[in-house]
Amino acid sequence: MAIKVEHEIHQRRKGRNFGVLALLIGFVGLVFALTVVKVLELGDAKKFENFDHVARPAIVPEEGASE
Amino acid sequence: MTDMTAHENPYEAGMGDYFALLKPRVMSLVIFTALVGLLVAPVPVHPFIGFVGVLCIAVGAGASGALNMWWDADIDAIMKRTAKRPIPSGRVQPGEALGIGMALSGFAVVLLALATNLLAAGLLAFTIFFYAVVYSMWLKRSTPHNIVIGGAAGAFPPMIGWAIATGSVSIESVLMFALIFMWTPPHFWALALFVKTDYGDAGVPMLTETHGRDVTRRHVIAYALLLVPVAIGLGFTSIGGPIYLTTSVILNLWFVKGSFDIYKRNDAAADADNYAVEKHVFKVSLFYLFLHFGALLAEAALRPYGYGGW
Repeated sequence: MAIKVEHEIHQRRKGRNFGVLALLIGFVGLVFALTVVKVLELGDAKKFENFDHVARPAIVPEEGASE
Repeated sequence: MTDMTAHENPYEAGMGDYFALLKPRVMSLVIFTALVGLLVAPVPVHPFIGFVGVLCIAVGAGASGALNMWWDADIDAIMKRTAKRPIPSGRVQPGEALGIGMALSGFAVVLLALATNLLAAGLLAFTIFFYAVVYSMWLKRSTPHNIVIGGAAGAFPPMIGWAIATGSVSIESVLMFALIFMWTPPHFWALALFVKTDYGDAGVPMLTETHGRDVTRRHVIAYALLLVPVAIGLGFTSIGGPIYLTTSVILNLWFVKGSFDIYKRNDAAADADNYAVEKHVFKVSLFYLFLHFGALLAEAALRPYGYGGW
């Protein structure tokens, strides 16, 4: 019996590896799309863009009005 | 020593073997009923969130199938119908099935909670627990009424679909649950009457073997009659309407008539025509469930045009 480099078991492992790859890409895509949908459902961005962990004086109306 | 040493190790499963653990055919019914529960609810859901919700329910159902196959591998190996499943046939190791079942259960429940709400996720977690623990580990091998109580696991999906949309449980979702719950026993026992099973060899008590086939025939008609008020009652809720009610009345007459035919005859008569009536009623039962949920969907689809509902 000739020694074959590519055994049937390698084919099966390859299929399994690509299957896992597809599942992982799918999962990342799912979470990303879900995030986009959830954020867009929040509505008007002005309502929550203040809470950005970054000081943004330009979007605070009171300070702008006092100058 | 040759290059064939790989054969000495356990068979390495392919992707398809793992997929078979999830019981794809059962999953299709789960997807359909969950989708109907979601779409008939009065609160609109973003299509993508709805898709993720139904996906989570399907994956959760698949995960409970994998846990069931892990627990039941010993009896699956004895019975002809199940001997070719991935674990008894040696394609998947029991530990792998347990791991996949647990991991996918966690994935489905957590993602459903994040994407929709805690009630829907809690119901899904309970469904998985009910199928894997209450049905598979406890009831299946201990009582001939295993199918009656175990049927609850298959009845939850429309209730979860409804909870995804509304965040609540209501009379409509409870009746959708009850419809599948009450439908499962006569559907399954009609099948058990004409399929020669080897549950007895595997030590699983089935009504046909513990109490006899005549008792099973009586149970089919009894549950078919108990199913009628549930199915008709759903027609008078907010998701019912003339289309549903008409469909339901016709289907219930058809199903009760068939179940009565099963009740009237005995095994001698059934042997004579190769269980034609039992096979017919089993087919009717499939139409019964599909068309009931189809009619609910039709009511919901026509509502925006002023036709569906009351």
